[in-house]
Amino acid sequence: MEHKNLNLTLKIWRQKNSKEAGNFVSYKVSDISADMSFLEMIDVLNEHLINAGDEPVAFDHDCREGICGMCSMYINGRAHGPWQGTTTCQLHMRAFNDGETITIEPWRAKGFPVIKDLTVDRTAFDRIIASGGFVSVNTGNAKDANNIPVPKDDADKAFAAAACIGCGACVAACKNASAMLFVSAKVSQLALLPQGQIERETRVLNMVSQMDAEGFGSCTNTGACEAECPKEISIENIARLNREYFMANLKKKDYL
Amino acid sequence: MSKLNSKIPEGPLETKWTKYKSTVPLVNPANKRSIEVIVVGSGLAGASAAASLAELGYKVKCFCFQDSPRRAHSIAAQGGINAAKNYQNDGDSVFRLFYDTVKGGDYRAREANVYRLADVSANIIDQCVAQGVPFAREYGGYLSNRSFGGTQVQRTFYAAGQTGQQLLLGAYSALERQVGLGTVKMYSRHEMLEIVMIDGKARGIIARDLISGKLERHFGHAVLLCTGGYGNVFFLSTNAMGSNVTAAWKAHKQGAFFGNPCFTQIHPTCIPVSGDHQSKLTLMSESLRNDGRIWVPKQKDDKRKANEIPEEERDYYLERRYPAFGNLVPRDVASRAAKERCDAGYGVGTSKMAVYLDYAAAIERYGNVQANKLNLHNPSKEKIIELGKEVVKEKYGNLFDMYAKITGENPYETPMRIYPAVHYTMGGLWVDYELMTTVPGLYALGEANFSDHGANRLGASALMQGLADGYFVIPYTIGSYLSQDIRTKAIPTDHEAFVSAEKKVQDQLDRLMNIKGTKSVDHFHKKLGKIMWDKCGMARNEQGLKEAVAEIRTLREEFWNDVRIPGLQNEFNLELEKAGRVADFLELGELMCMDALNRKESCGGHFREESQTEDGEAKRDDDNFAYVAAWENKGNNNWELHKEELNFEIVHPSQRSYK
Ligand SMILES: Cc1cc2nc3c(=O)[nH]c(=O)nc-3n(C[C@H](O)[C@H](O)[C@H](O)COP(=O)(O)OP(=O)(O)OC[C@H]3O[C@@H](n4cnc5c(N)ncnc54)[C@H](O)[C@@H]3O)c2cc1C
Ligand code: SF4
Ligand code: FES
Repeated sequence: MEHKNLNLTLKIWRQKNSKEAGNFVSYKVSDISADMSFLEMIDVLNEHLINAGDEPVAFDHDCREGICGMCSMYINGRAHGPWQGTTTCQLHMRAFNDGETITIEPWRAKGFPVIKDLTVDRTAFDRIIASGGFVSVNTGNAKDANNIPVPKDDADKAFAAAACIGCGACVAACKNASAMLFVSAKVSQLALLPQGQIERETRVLNMVSQMDAEGFGSCTNTGACEAECPKEISIENIARLNREYFMANLKKKDYL
Repeated sequence: MSKLNSKIPEGPLETKWTKYKSTVPLVNPANKRSIEVIVVGSGLAGASAAASLAELGYKVKCFCFQDSPRRAHSIAAQGGINAAKNYQNDGDSVFRLFYDTVKGGDYRAREANVYRLADVSANIIDQCVAQGVPFAREYGGYLSNRSFGGTQVQRTFYAAGQTGQQLLLGAYSALERQVGLGTVKMYSRHEMLEIVMIDGKARGIIARDLISGKLERHFGHAVLLCTGGYGNVFFLSTNAMGSNVTAAWKAHKQGAFFGNPCFTQIHPTCIPVSGDHQSKLTLMSESLRNDGRIWVPKQKDDKRKANEIPEEERDYYLERRYPAFGNLVPRDVASRAAKERCDAGYGVGTSKMAVYLDYAAAIERYGNVQANKLNLHNPSKEKIIELGKEVVKEKYGNLFDMYAKITGENPYETPMRIYPAVHYTMGGLWVDYELMTTVPGLYALGEANFSDHGANRLGASALMQGLADGYFVIPYTIGSYLSQDIRTKAIPTDHEAFVSAEKKVQDQLDRLMNIKGTKSVDHFHKKLGKIMWDKCGMARNEQGLKEAVAEIRTLREEFWNDVRIPGLQNEFNLELEKAGRVADFLELGELMCMDALNRKESCGGHFREESQTEDGEAKRDDDNFAYVAAWENKGNNNWELHKEELNFEIVHPSQRSYK
């Protein structure tokens, strides 16, 4: 393994709370090992800030393995930074060059108000799931699991959609701040599986209506979401969502 | 008389739970509506409990410190979940799963609990599939299984390397459905900081709203702690950064006994430490041991690259030492064997604290099978490797990608480097058969309790236990307590007990903020972690443990005099959150060392150097230590030991042997 150490300038968005305006502040960090993760680099900065009597940069993170969906930094104009299919916590410093200036911002979207510095409020996603992102099966209702065979292909596609970690990078990457990729991933997972059929129509209608109510923008098919999604959720899911939504509306009219 | 009543039902092992379920007092639906239950935690245990209790009609409040319940640490579990379905027709049964778990736990778990766990395991898979959890499937459309560290049957269900994520998202969807129905009120970004006790019963909690920093009082007829494990006492572990002991510790200080605190699991397959900046360690799922082969060079301090070392100069030490189980020996055995090789000077990588996990043979084997499936005659070696890589990618792709991102090396081409790391804590709050702690009305579920895993947990059994506790155990057992409590009206939170509990929390926060010292919270956490890893880690001895106790006490003093917490109390303040957690770890660490000192035998993950066989295997001492050590907090870091004797009626303890 090659070892290199980096000296960097960080331009970081600082914002005291949701009410006060924020601004960029520049910091220098030196001797950053290329083996560090991006968040470990921020840890180093924070340790310096604390030792100097300043306030550390607030940011969300938990698993640091790319699975909880908590980390959320907009790095050099890209959600989760330069590496494809990678969360901020899995980005490593070997992605950067010595002497570089790195700009770090929070997710910016109406649906995701800033709480502090790089931390935003993503509870809108929970409310979208609560509106329909489930199968209504109480504990104890289930019959033997192998009584529901699922064609492997459908199972694989459902799994690929279910891989969404709810990070919100798709929203941050989209110029309209649309949450379509996130919503379509859940709608697709359940539409592809036999278990999801019974509530298929109500689910998509309710989830889309909640998404709109949360203030997320509409989708104009630019594909920025797919390009920045750390789990490489396919934009095909959005096409499926549109079909599901169209069909559900047709059926709804039939009922009337 | 022991203060511990495990409340194990009478009767034969196989019928205890059935009988219990059919005789436990019930709460009628009208009464359930006026009973409030607090669930702290939204991982597998918490989310499944909160959803199931709400479905039954209870009014539930659920808390987590992350921004969404979906991000609880359970999300990170990779490998799989066990269940005695016997779908593979390979001889599995409830009894076998029970037996394997008791044996794997080195005979330090309660038989009745473990049997119940095995018994409900099949229902868990049914429930999850009904929710739409996308488990791996075969071409025929049926569920796929694999075998997992320490077992000889294929009973592990999985969703690629994201099983925890998919199970948690299933439980989370059930939880959010109840939130939508208004039966669960969810409090994310909230941290529980105290249990409120009224007339000797748990009646609520004090929580801090992590965004505003304000303290809140919440009443509950019962309180469930589903707050996960405390592996982060070691600073470096595979746990998520926020995982902590605070909730359990506050409960402990209010009278809940702490069971077997020293039982820690060190996982054999993690990515090694790369430098001082390391903030956490990443697990490479144990499922990798199914197909990967572990080795070190036969020659000490071999400087050659892995691929340059010929087959005959490699020491596949697990296969050598344990021919019957080979690379699939239980975690504690595999971890110690890696430490042994590295300590003896055979380690690899720059730090020399690593061993190889090699996929070359598996790639070739899968390639051949795949070539046959595709009816390819005389495929070239390249073709076989290519096909084999595809199969390996499908099975373990996300793990290989993760490895590549972290290390910058390609694991399809060169063997991975791995080393053991702290992973799981078998110890936790002592609970009886009903999952109640020694505090009436206070329950502990999931990794937070001292659980069913004895001294060592088998792979894929934590997810099973968390979901068993939440979906299938607590909905029944809580009735036993709440049915006696239907006349209790909701207690207003201006009750004196809430006022004084809140004041206590406030005082601690003030005290922390006012230290205004010179060193960061992490500084102390790292120091504590080092003491714990060096002296209460993979191998422990009397002298080291005694030193550790003294060092922790000194460190705790320093912390309370010199920690620096920037910012204010009434705002979003991550350093303050961390400080509270580290303060509790600094007390827990001492108790872990005391427990390890007390337990002079080796068992499971607890290896006392003084107690080993001639060939260096752990030596149990059933005559003196076949008990659960349950510690009562006496205040000011004093503890009294209570023993729950373990009676083995069915599985008779024998020396574990994987040879
Ligand atoms: C990397 C990794 C891989 C694993 N893989 C497997 C596997 O393949 N198979 C397996 O069986 N097991 C596995 N395990 C173990 C398993 O994941 C855990 O034991 C299990 O998920 C714990 O679930 P839990 O519900 O008890 O707690 P957690 O999922 O840890 O949830 C704890 C909850 O409590 C909340 N909380 C904690 N403290 C407070 C507080 N003071 N106030 C408010 N909320 C609080 C948190 O917000 C969270 O919601 C793995 C563990 C790790 C670390
Ligand atoms: S679709 Fe991708 S970017 Fe959007 S929330 Fe899910 S994982 Fe994140
Ligand atoms: S911290 Fe969990 S995905 Fe990045």
